[in-house]
Parts: sequence; C-alpha cells; structure tokens
Amino acid sequence: MTLLNIENLEVTFPLRSGSVTAIRDVSFTVDQGERIGIVGESGAGKSVSAFAILNLISKPGYISGGRIEFDGTLLSELDESTMQQIRGNRISMIFQDPMMTLNPVLSIGTQMEESILAHRKISRAEARNIAVDKLRAVQIPSAQKRLKQYPHELSGGMRQRVVIAIALLTDPQLIIADEPTTALDVTIQAEILELLQNLCNEFNVGLILITHDLGVVSQVTQKIIVMYAGAIIEQGDTENIVTRPKHHYTRGLLKALPENTTPGEKLNQINGVMPTLQDIPHGCLFHNRCDMVKDVCRKVQPNLQGIASHSVACHFPISYEE
Amino acid sequence: MRNEMTLVRTQKLFKYFNVSGGLLDQLSVQNGRLKRQVDLVKALNGIDLSVHSGEVLCLVGESGCGKTTVGRTIMGLLPPSSGEISYRGERIDHLSRSRLLPYRQKMQMIFQNSYASLNPRKTVSATLLEPVRFHNPRHSTAELKEKVKEVMESVGIDPKWGARYSHEISGGQRQRISIARALMVDPEFIVADEPISALDVSIQAQILNLLGDAREQRGLTYLFITHDLSVVEHFGTRVAVMYLGRICEVGKTSEIFGAPRHPYTQALLSAIPKLGKQKSPHIRMRGEVPTAIDLPSGCVFHNRCAHAKEICKTDVPELKNESSEAQVACHGIEHSWF
Repeated sequence: MTLLNIENLEVTFPLRSGSVTAIRDVSFTVDQGERIGIVGESGAGKSVSAFAILNLISKPGYISGGRIEFDGTLLSELDESTMQQIRGNRISMIFQDPMMTLNPVLSIGTQMEESILAHRKISRAEARNIAVDKLRAVQIPSAQKRLKQYPHELSGGMRQRVVIAIALLTDPQLIIADEPTTALDVTIQAEILELLQNLCNEFNVGLILITHDLGVVSQVTQKIIVMYAGAIIEQGDTENIVTRPKHHYTRGLLKALPENTTPGEKLNQINGVMPTLQDIPHGCLFHNRCDMVKDVCRKVQPNLQGIASHSVACHFPISYEE
Repeated sequence: MRNEMTLVRTQKLFKYFNVSGGLLDQLSVQNGRLKRQVDLVKALNGIDLSVHSGEVLCLVGESGCGKTTVGRTIMGLLPPSSGEISYRGERIDHLSRSRLLPYRQKMQMIFQNSYASLNPRKTVSATLLEPVRFHNPRHSTAELKEKVKEVMESVGIDPKWGARYSHEISGGQRQRISIARALMVDPEFIVADEPISALDVSIQAQILNLLGDAREQRGLTYLFITHDLSVVEHFGTRVAVMYLGRICEVGKTSEIFGAPRHPYTQALLSAIPKLGKQKSPHIRMRGEVPTAIDLPSGCVFHNRCAHAKEICKTDVPELKNESSEAQVACHGIEHSWF
C-alpha cells in the first residue's frame, strides 16, 4: 500500500539575483515498510526533497508546486499545527551529525521523554519506559543507565543509536534518514545500517535514506532514486540501478568507484562538475559532461520514461542485451 | 625504476598530548591530600613505519586512531614526544628550523579541507608562488610565472584562473590548487591527509587520477592517509593499519585485502559497504574503541578481540615479520592460536 506519494514537487528559493528552483518535477512513492534511497552529489536536491515532505524548507524557500500525500492526507495543504502532529510523530527524521541533533545540556532521558510527551498525553514515568524500550531496540547496553547520561559522554556510534531510538519513540510509519552514517567510521557504519534495516523490517516502517554513497544505499534499500542538478534522472529497483544503469551519469558514478576498477589502473572519471542551480543548462541536465551527447541533448530536455521498476531521463539510454 | 630504498622512516615514535589544562586544573584534594594528576592523550604509541621510495603507503584506521598525527609528526608540524624520524637515512626530528628547511622543500602536505588550507585573501597564483619564493628566493619573476603556468596546467586548471580567489572556485578545483601548491617546490614525498574525503563521488575519481598521474610523471612517494578502504585497495601499493596509536598490520595491498591476518584488519575490511547484496555479514567487534587517555594494557585491541587470551592483557605484541613484506602485531598469530 502506498504510504507516501509525491507528485511533481518543485521547491523555489527567491534570491536577490533572481529565484532559483532547487528541485523540479520530483515524483516518487514509498510503500508501507519499503526502503528507498536517494543518491546524488551535494547540491543535487536530495535533502531539499526530503525536507519538503516535512515542510522544513528554510525560509525564504517554499514549495512552489506539486503535491505530497502521506497516508491519505495532503501534507502540502496542512497548517503548521496539524503538520506538527505528523512531523516527529508519524514521520521521523534522522540527521547526519548526532552531536548537532542532540541537545548537549539535556540528559538523554529528558530529551527522549520530551519527544514522546510532545505527541502523547502520558505520564513521565510511562514515557521513560518507552524510552528504555527503544534504547534496547537499538541495542544500547545498560539502557536504564544511559538515560542519565549526556550526549558528550557517548561515542559517535552510540549517539547515532540514541538519535535512531528517538526517531522510533512515537512508532512512526516513515523515517527519513539524511546521511545517517556519513560522520561515522566504517565498522560503526556497518552496524548502524544493519540496525536501521532490521528495525524497518521489524516495525514495518518505511525508510527514505539520503546518501551520496552508492555502496550504502545498495545494501539497505529496495529502490534507488538518482538525482542530478535538482531533478530525478533515473529511478528503479536497486538491483536494476546497480547492475544495469541506463543513465550515463549513473553508469559513470558506478564506474568511478574504485571497487569497479582493477587496482592500479586509472579510475573512470566523469569530467567537469555538476551545473549550479543558477545556470541549469538547456536540454539534458547532463549534456555538458556526457560522452554520448548528440544535438538533441542540447535542445530538448528528456523526460523520465520507463516502468516503475526502472525509468530513466535520457534520449539515448544505455541498453543491455538480454 | 622503483627501488626498495627507504625514503622516510619512523622508529619507536611516541606522541602524547597533555589535555589536563593548567596547573590549577591538575590539582585536586583526595583524602585530605593535595594531588596533581596529568591527563595525557596517548596518540602514538611506538610507531615503526618505513615509506619506500616511489610507493603509495596508505595509512588506514578509524577516527581517533592517530593516522593524522603520524602524518603531521613526520612533516614536523608536531614535535614527537620521543622516537626518531629519518629522511633518506638522516635524522630530522631534532633539527633546528633553518636546518630543516631543505627537507621541508622535499616533503609537502595536502590537507583534507581545502577551504581551511588555502588562504582566502590570496589569489591562486599568489598561493602557488609563495612556497617557491620562500624556498628559492633567487628565481626571477619570469621563471616563476612560467613555473606557475606549468604546474597549473599539469593539475588541469586553466592558468587564467590565477587571478581568482579560492572562494570563487568549486571544491574539486580548490583541491587541485592544494595539490598544485604542494607540487610547486618539486617535492619527493607528499603526505596526503584525506585529500578526497570532502569531495563528491564524481570528483573523487578525478582527484585520485590526478594524484596518480603526478606520481607517475614526477616519481613521487605518497603517505596516503584515509579512512576510505575502497580507495586504498585501488590506490595503495602497501597498507599500514592503525588502531589506537599502534600499527597492527603492514603489508602489500593485494595481500592485506586478499587475506587480512590481524583480527582488527579482518573486522575493518568486512565492514566496507560493497555494491549490491552483502556477501558475508561483517565481523562484529565487542564493545567500543577505548579512549587514548587510558589505554588498555598489553595489546590495545585485546578487549574487543574474539581471540584474546591472558597474554594479550599483559604483553604488548611487537610487529613481527610474517613474510618479507608483511608484518603483524598479534600474539595469536605469533603463537598460531588461530
């Protein structure tokens, strides 16, 4: 069943030098309990897309088009107080740096109790029990004792576990995780990813995982959305995207990974840089970096075409012999 | 053309940082007596490392294990607490600033964050000119301009950009300029501290290729500090794995990635996210990394190691030769428990 349905989402930031469209025509769905990944370089619009769902676009930015439907409710039409009943309650968010998300002057217990009490009318003792439960669910040892500790007393991995526990407090239907493991070491990253995946399975929670790391998404998610310069250029089942990418950018990204090159040989690089939002090129967004560029790519912008399990925005998509 | 000559070598390198503050912070009253306690972060605990001429030695480990401290100590940016650093067989750790200068020209460093390491008030060409002017004051202006042009072209930057400031330039291009600055004085040895970690995926490959080209063309030797293991597998000729200020395993890249020996290396390599489905579950380590303030006794890894025995809690394992190329510091491997 579809949990989240985003159609033609557009976010605009009015600037003194003229307004900038951060994301254009972004559409995707998340089913109940489904894990999807959004990948792209910095500035591609991954985080803006996710923040738009919760109406957290920083001013003066605003949602200038499209609709966001969550479990039958149109989020884009809600007023702020109704939105607050959904944000942090039915949709939770996990950010990159746990040191920034946790309040340094409040104990873990206080922070957790407050997040529950903001959404539910229960006693503090009951809230504390839920908090201990969730700390156990994210495999924090001696959960009871941790409630009295402050964020600085915990290691980076433990802090991120606490943040995940907070996200789970209100039994959300959807978790949006924005680069949740980027600030962590690989051994801890592996543990946190496994944990996130297991929790989503166990509690049937949908997950939107935003990351720049293709290795990370391919392990955790069932679907991948590739964004470039504010638009979706390819989306589909993880298996399809990783093994049979159709867009030249996606293939370039995969080929540029050291693990896909013989050690010692030169890496396949994509030349140039992603265009800034101020000068989005005419035609295909990727044409000035693409090896296969033809005249039509410079003139006509390709639309996302294909089926749900794999679609691509390219005039000359890569084809694979079956 | 590669010979196995040792270019840079550290012996029994220790580096402690005093984090106990001023004298008044160190004093406390215990049982009615005044006591002074000094807290030391034991960042490096006896590092023996040799960098061979022409190789890329990758130094890997998790944050806080002391990789960066090794790089900075070798470069003379931090004085070692004890131990020796030598360059082409000459000891350099106790030299005065002026006697160190010729070595400084041969040894250059590239940092992770090009925002912080480039002076925002200098144009690109002023940034590039500074090290050459400093080391070779006799060069004529015309010679210098030619040199700047040549180096800028070699790192793939249009020489016209010389008049720009670093904030006008994207991250990848700024990192190219950091590399150009290091190349300006014709170094032999470069310490690259996480040079691609702050960059986007599509740019990382560009910069890695550039570093590889520069090495081929100029016969450079790299000490490449990184936490990104997939890059190491591609780029390094040898790998040194660090844990809590000690080297636990050194060896050829292909051998370490093919058959890691030390339990920590095994756990670290099993955690690399690979494309597609996970083949084998990663090895979970017990507990957490201890702090470098109270270091575990014996083997620093013993409280997280699945194979630990009594001896690991008391005796520090030495780096022992496994073969001519590979060295491992582990009691279990030395006495063949596993």
